[in-house]
Amino acid sequence: MSDHHEAPSNPYLKKRRDSKETEKLTKRVQKIEQLLIDKGVVTKEALDRIIEIYETDIGPLNGAKVVAKAWADKDFKQRLMTDATKAIAELGFSGLQGEHMVVVENTSSVHNIVVCTLCSCYPWPVLGLPPKWYKEAPYRSRVVIEPREVLKEFGTNIPSTTEVRVWDSSAEIRYMVLPQQPSYAKKMNEEELAKIVTRDSMIGVETL
Amino acid sequence: MNGVHDLGGLQCFGKIDNKGVDLKFVDDWERRLFASTLCSFGALGPIDAFRHAIEKMDPVHYLSSTYYEHWLEAVEARIKELKFTQSKIGVPLTPTDIESIVATGALYARESISGNEPIEVGREVRALPYSPEGHTRLPNYIKGKKGTIIELRGTFVFPDTLAHGLGECEQPLYSVRFSSKELWAGRDPTNDVVHIDLWHNYLELCDV
Repeated sequence: MSDHHEAPSNPYLKKRRDSKETEKLTKRVQKIEQLLIDKGVVTKEALDRIIEIYETDIGPLNGAKVVAKAWADKDFKQRLMTDATKAIAELGFSGLQGEHMVVVENTSSVHNIVVCTLCSCYPWPVLGLPPKWYKEAPYRSRVVIEPREVLKEFGTNIPSTTEVRVWDSSAEIRYMVLPQQPSYAKKMNEEELAKIVTRDSMIGVETL
Repeated sequence: MNGVHDLGGLQCFGKIDNKGVDLKFVDDWERRLFASTLCSFGALGPIDAFRHAIEKMDPVHYLSSTYYEHWLEAVEARIKELKFTQSKIGVPLTPTDIESIVATGALYARESISGNEPIEVGREVRALPYSPEGHTRLPNYIKGKKGTIIELRGTFVFPDTLAHGLGECEQPLYSVRFSSKELWAGRDPTNDVVHIDLWHNYLELCDV
């Protein structure tokens, strides 16, 4: 295998910032926030509310509930595969960065993985905000050219007879993977099922 | 524009750094900036104008800085471009407005237009070697490559014009399948594929 796999992760990214740099960045952000408030774009309370929503209310537990329901309820799964946005909204999840949802199903013949090579588009209503690695150059650059190598770094080995299908989120369609239900979980109820579904399995870098 | 943000297929970024605790926000300024940015889309223009502001960053700075530093650069750039400090004072978004925006999002799909007939599913297409100076969502690794239309996603607003205030130019959006063999000239012996969403203007029919 070529040398680049031995290179440290993200050799160009400055890993640490000293307190002076952090202070400078903080001041720049304060200036923007103050300008938006002064210009009557938003109130301070509304800004606080956004942070609260994305830090505490929305996260991968939403997606896990969707997956569990799809495993437990065949009719729901049918609706999810036909019109994911509408089916997901039945569970109360919708909106920003999930306006046009598509769910892709893992089977024994196809394994799906999601990326955004151009920026870091991600299905917020079901998975929350993306993990750091999803937004960084190594994942965004490599997953389209060597998906199996990338999967190995997550400890995931896909048989050579299974097609690896990478979904590059170049438009406003947002993708979520429906993982395969593990055989040990066949008798679990919906609530128990939701607990075994991981964020990474819904991005597609992990199997369950 | 052909810029360093267009990472798909690059091989120089090393391993994926997915170890360690994944924090949604590392520093507090990131949290504040996240909220300010989401609220600024109404005042500072569509998401594609914001994406283009990131694409125009100094390439060395882009690669050496983090995701939220990209956001900071883009918001500041948009404030300057729009001379926002001289704009009129509006009616601020409240926490209730925020909740409804988060739950609804922005719709990018439009009614189909007659005379703008979509290409049929199953047809072979080639992604144009298209390199506009402005914003585009056609990644480099797809350009000139042959793929198959697998699904019509609907009629969607066109980011290449929308980002520059040149109208929505709504048109068909397709999910297009490219084989790994076609994309990477057979470097990969597998039958793996990339599925990507591409607008009508990015494609030409190649089986006529």
